[in-house]
Amino acid sequence: MTNTIDEIGKADVILITGSNTTENHPVLSSFVKRAVSLNGTKMIVVDPRRIKIATFADMWLRPNLGTDVAWINGLMHVIIKENLYDTEYVESRTEGFEELKQAVEKFTPDFVESITGIPGEQIEAAARMYAGAKAGSILYCMGITQHISGTDNVKSLANLAMLCGNVGIEGGGVNPLRGQNNVQGACDMGGLPNVFSGYQSVTDLAARQKMEEVWNVSDLPDQPGLKVTDMIPKAHDGSLKSLYIIGENPLVSDPDLNHAEKSIDNLKFLVVQDIFLTETAQKADVVLPSCCYAEKDGTFTNTDRRVQMVRKAVNPPGEAREDWKIICGIAARMGYEMNYENSEAIMKEIAQITPSYGGITYDRIRHEGIHWPCPNTEHPGTPILHIDRFTRGKGVLHAIDYIPPAETIDDEYPMYLTTGRLLFQYHTGTMTMKTVGLNEIAPESFVEMSPADAANHGLEDGSMAEIASRRGRISAKVKISLKAVDGTVFIPFHYAQAAANKLTHAALDPVSGIPELKVCAVKLTKAA
Amino acid sequence: MTAENKIIINGNEFDFDPGETILEVARRSNIDIPTLCHLKGATGTGACRVCLVEVERARSLVASCVAPAGNGMVVQTESSKVIESRKMIIRLLLSSGNHNCAVRGSDGKDWTQFQLNVQQDDDSSELCPVWGDCRLQDLAYRYQVSGDQFPATETRYPMETVNPFIVRDFSRCINCGRCVQACNEVQVNKAISFGYRGAATKIIAAGDRPYADSDCVFCGECVQACPVGALVERDARYQYRQWEHEKVRTTCSYCGVGCQLYLHVKDNKVSKVTGVEDVAPNYGSLCVKGRFGFDFIHSQDRLKTPLIKKLGVFKEVSWDEALDFVAEKLSGIKAEHGSESIGVLASARVTNEENYIIQKFARGVLKTNNVDHCARL
Ligand code: SF4
Ligand code: SF4
Ligand code: SF4
Repeated sequence: MTNTIDEIGKADVILITGSNTTENHPVLSSFVKRAVSLNGTKMIVVDPRRIKIATFADMWLRPNLGTDVAWINGLMHVIIKENLYDTEYVESRTEGFEELKQAVEKFTPDFVESITGIPGEQIEAAARMYAGAKAGSILYCMGITQHISGTDNVKSLANLAMLCGNVGIEGGGVNPLRGQNNVQGACDMGGLPNVFSGYQSVTDLAARQKMEEVWNVSDLPDQPGLKVTDMIPKAHDGSLKSLYIIGENPLVSDPDLNHAEKSIDNLKFLVVQDIFLTETAQKADVVLPSCCYAEKDGTFTNTDRRVQMVRKAVNPPGEAREDWKIICGIAARMGYEMNYENSEAIMKEIAQITPSYGGITYDRIRHEGIHWPCPNTEHPGTPILHIDRFTRGKGVLHAIDYIPPAETIDDEYPMYLTTGRLLFQYHTGTMTMKTVGLNEIAPESFVEMSPADAANHGLEDGSMAEIASRRGRISAKVKISLKAVDGTVFIPFHYAQAAANKLTHAALDPVSGIPELKVCAVKLTKAA
Repeated sequence: MTAENKIIINGNEFDFDPGETILEVARRSNIDIPTLCHLKGATGTGACRVCLVEVERARSLVASCVAPAGNGMVVQTESSKVIESRKMIIRLLLSSGNHNCAVRGSDGKDWTQFQLNVQQDDDSSELCPVWGDCRLQDLAYRYQVSGDQFPATETRYPMETVNPFIVRDFSRCINCGRCVQACNEVQVNKAISFGYRGAATKIIAAGDRPYADSDCVFCGECVQACPVGALVERDARYQYRQWEHEKVRTTCSYCGVGCQLYLHVKDNKVSKVTGVEDVAPNYGSLCVKGRFGFDFIHSQDRLKTPLIKKLGVFKEVSWDEALDFVAEKLSGIKAEHGSESIGVLASARVTNEENYIIQKFARGVLKTNNVDHCARL
């Protein structure tokens, strides 16, 4: 997030899109609900489902799946045409305005309506509402990123925010809500193919030399490696021989699972390090038992970049070990000693070579976490990014055109499917399904559809439906719901027994490598 | 701050900001005015009357949680009039339900019959499930009163135990309304409200139905807000005794909000989870996963020993054997097929320190940048 969770209450207008906030970020959603219901903050929700947070909104816009660039360009079209943008900010802080203006020229409310299905008047009203804010905050989640145009979607939201002068101010910003507890930290620490910790590029000689010196190694590879979504096909074609997987269960969370499973089977050597024998671990040659969060010390970095303490409360079961100790054990056996007294010693090394974490010490974050960038131990941290300037100087307004999703409906597969999470389960369910109460409330997969769609397919609430796409088929219980809009069904992806990802499409965003999990074409039938 | 904004509490002068209540000024200045119904951040209701204070020249005692501080006001927080009134309120509350924390009837008068009745209602012979962790009990001790001056009232509504997370014990509810505020003003889930009137008052969900059939999302904000034993975590009820537990502060391991929470630990086991109040990012709030989703820690299915697959079946092996084997295989593949043939998936679930070590290992030892994590999914 460019801004903090606390600041949500300081926005005058909140725009939420592609985030089922009340279910996926429940406590953060309370900040939004409080602002809207108790402080009169205005809210626009743009989402294909009539989710709970939409019931709190002043306006709910319903776009067709995968048409986000179109409606965002539509808002900017109106804002520019009606001169509602922040001219001074655009002038002094950004570049590329003319190109942007040209790109959004054709996105008239009528044209946008024809693509997105959102009535033109609603596009105009939403544009005026967002542009009218002193501080407008945009919150988004996977509903924006899990598309082939995911990167475009994110850039478009940034365009919109910059156009209205909403980046770098209190209560504003473009705020991605991170789905998993430490996604932010995994990225910050260099759990990415192209960067070391603190986003220092592997192609940068100076960065490599710094690491080589501190790590006491030589010849660090200088080309970006493979993204996970490239590793799977490489495993399929046999050029990737071995995978070492830690704390992830791609055999439920990956798109086009049947393909992913074959790829994993194809590996010569698979190591899985986890707390349970997950679907993925069952395929492994070696399984290493690790500690869960309650059994170790360390830090997580949350969605607003706050580095916070994790503390050991109980002993691990059996011989389970901390993940870092396991890795150090293997490194030593491969001829490289990695010795740390404890996790705090690791953080000292991180701070030494990671400028944005330079001022993070366990002592400082004992009571309350600190937002990075925090370059030194006197620095209080940075709750709001880009206050006076962007990292590169001026912010770039990108001219972006709309491209349709990779798969659209046709006669054979006439319904859209979108996927997501539920409040009572989490990711692939490895943890939540071990909690009796959560399972009691959300025991099994379902396919959510509108009353009309159910009637058209002769399906009743609670009956079994078969859902098929070009890649696979599953059956699930029918759940008729007013959250669903005609023509689009929803399936949560948590459940291995009726894995929604047997149906989803693995088409990738060319830049981020994120698959289009949010759109695919399916057909529904009554299960035999 | 202007010179006029001065208030005198218990003989000392304090500054205040316009709009601050007497209670807020007092708390800020370390003067302890007791409360039961007051919930920080929510609108004061003055419902419980425990926070009454004496204000010079005012006709009656004033509820400090709603009364704004006034210039030149002279306030007594523990005058004999205040104390008498508080004692009476506490006595009435203690007698109004199954408050069997032994402060009642210390002289044995009607204790036996009372306890038998409670046992019948609660199906337990133990003392109240929140014994030692109850604001009403605290006050009973502080003001040395019990409930036996008044006849015990009959329990009007049966206990609700039909959901997997929260027990609603109306026999111990003092109708303070904190849960209603927590649900409506803090979490804004709008699941519960006051129902019925007078002595029949009851906190109701969805026109008096069980939580499970209402808009309740089991965030447990109401449980954390309840000052007494009326709302208690189901699995912790009668299992959890505060004094036997150690509190360990940590960060939630589910979503990216990163809520701060306490794991309450006894004998190497987590018994319950509560939110850490007064600190960012969550200020005490949690959701159902963070508060109730911790069974997995002690699940029988946890992996306990390293496993190596031999002829298609996993065999338990020692750490040395497992690590030797992995090191040997990875070295072999690296030598034969090159570093680029190995991929490492770090994790959005493990700590920063661990992710750092993982990528250092991939880059520095395996010599590959094929390191990523599954967070895009
Ligand atoms: S658990 Fe949460 S939603 Fe349910 S009644 Fe309590 S505060 Fe409201
Ligand atoms: S349930 Fe607890 S918080 Fe709610 S009114 Fe009763 S005593 Fe107060
Ligand atoms: S308690 Fe809920 S909202 Fe808070 S971090 Fe955990 S999962 Fe997220």
